[in-house]
Amino acid sequence: MNQENNWVYTDKLKEHFMNPKNILKDEDVQAFDGKGVVGNMKCGDEMMMLIKVDKEKQTIADCKWKTYGCASAIASTSILSEMVKGMRLEDAYHVSPKDVTKELGGLPVHKIHCSVLGDKALRAAINDYYRRNGMQEKIEKEEARIVCQCMNVTDHEIEHAVLEGARTFLELQERTKLGTVCGQCQDEAASLLEEYIQKHFGPEGQDQI
Amino acid sequence: MSKNVVSQRRIYFDHNATTPLHPEVIKTMTEVMPAFGNPSSLHSFGRKVRQLVEEARQQVSSFIGANPDDIIFVGSGSEANNTVLSIFTCPSMQCMLQSQARTEIITTKIEHPCILETCKCLVDRGTTISYLDVDRYGKIDIEQLKSTITAKTGLVSVMMANNEIGTIQDIKAISQVVRSKGVLFHTDAVQAVGKVPVDVKDLDVDFLSLSGHKIYGPKGIGALYVKKGVPFCPLIRGGHQEKGRRAGTENTLGIIGLGKAIEMRRLEMKAEEARLLELKAVLKKGIQEKIPDIQFNGHPTDCLAGTLNVSFQGAEGEAILLYLDLEGIAVSTGSACASGSLDPSHVLLATGIPAEQAHGSIRLSLGRASTKEEVEYVLDKFPSVIKKIRSMSTAYAKRSKS
Repeated sequence: MNQENNWVYTDKLKEHFMNPKNILKDEDVQAFDGKGVVGNMKCGDEMMMLIKVDKEKQTIADCKWKTYGCASAIASTSILSEMVKGMRLEDAYHVSPKDVTKELGGLPVHKIHCSVLGDKALRAAINDYYRRNGMQEKIEKEEARIVCQCMNVTDHEIEHAVLEGARTFLELQERTKLGTVCGQCQDEAASLLEEYIQKHFGPEGQDQI
Repeated sequence: MSKNVVSQRRIYFDHNATTPLHPEVIKTMTEVMPAFGNPSSLHSFGRKVRQLVEEARQQVSSFIGANPDDIIFVGSGSEANNTVLSIFTCPSMQCMLQSQARTEIITTKIEHPCILETCKCLVDRGTTISYLDVDRYGKIDIEQLKSTITAKTGLVSVMMANNEIGTIQDIKAISQVVRSKGVLFHTDAVQAVGKVPVDVKDLDVDFLSLSGHKIYGPKGIGALYVKKGVPFCPLIRGGHQEKGRRAGTENTLGIIGLGKAIEMRRLEMKAEEARLLELKAVLKKGIQEKIPDIQFNGHPTDCLAGTLNVSFQGAEGEAILLYLDLEGIAVSTGSACASGSLDPSHVLLATGIPAEQAHGSIRLSLGRASTKEEVEYVLDKFPSVIKKIRSMSTAYAKRSKS
């Protein structure tokens, strides 16, 4: 009833924003089994995620984080850190921004971008754990390299978009949204686009442009 | 009572975004609300409203040293600015500019989007735009302006006071340069009129934009000063209103409210700006003393009295804004995250500060109802908000280690 106290976000998001869970305080970063840092200060957000792993069960025993980010980034990472505790590494790896957003009860569309940082950092932390423990075979999926840091677009996705019909940079952007934030990756993405067109469609592919 | 009440206190430090109506404006508008006549009608209903509209025109024009005939009422400051730029796309080639082949506009990197976006659009129609740089404090360089003006320059447009950082340009010095080259000069004075003295003859400008809701008047009303005899092209056509310069039945209530708001500014501006300057000094000193690793943006002296822009290292602006909001304090930020655009403030970037600093910027803009007690309340709440955000910040941890 109190219209004046309407919040732009859901009550759950607000609660996690006001009292974020699992923030890294004074603990020693070295005591964690995996660490992932993603984001770009230029875009105004950065996320660090740390995990402790129950090595027998291959589950996440503890999860701590820090961020330079907005309310959505803070709240979505807070809730993510609660969600993945006790979760098997493989399952935690596949928690998507969609799951987090759902748990939060929805986010304004232009805020979705801010909420993807947490799970990206979590995947990076899990991969870091695999790497440290000689389990490289587990990280094959992430061999795709992130080209667009802001929108989390990999070279695999660029290749996929080309196979799906993207021929121009604008079409590529329409499909992947890459390079729509800080724009730093645009040159690299443009040359990858050309490379994949060449690879799959040869010179004729270029003619279609 | 709702159990969701977060904070009882509510403090509005966002006057550059918009202002509440002045009580006198509310009174006047309430009184004239029943007067519904169309000012173009010749009968008594129309004549009554016509008289009120012309009184308002008189109030506005005398406040800025203009002739009443040179004031056009428009829908907003943005419309006023768009109208000025429309001389470059005059469809009927009425404007002298077209025949003189003056196809260049010079403006600055810190203008309001209603200038910058419109300029971008004009490029597609054959206009060339030059953007003047600003220094760390948001001031343009007159020498750069001199060297940028060419024989093809048709218009120079420089905002008088910046909405984000409050920096006030030396419009008189700028207009002298522009004038000496025989070029038209426009200033977007939306944030300046009613806060600093503005006289169109003294400033020697051809066009000047102002807005109602920034100075305790109603929203949806602005005015454009157009010097007699300069090229002009209506943005909205198809009516004889405003001497054919802006079609559409007048927003009579808005016009009358604007007139009253300006009248109140005339009476209160001087004393109030001095008071705001003192309040801002307290606020600035308090922030400086209570919060480490900050940087003030904008000019230290040539600045709107009530405007204070500050960057907090390692703290993101939207988070600051929303934590302050939970304390009942309303401010604004240059962070991308608050705008939905994903880009931080173009104004702050133009002053040369790094993007991460722009993302961590907060604008506090005080107004006529702001009190010392409010400033103290803000100073009481602010440090813990910044501390909380920094305690979870990757950027601040990194900083303090180095």
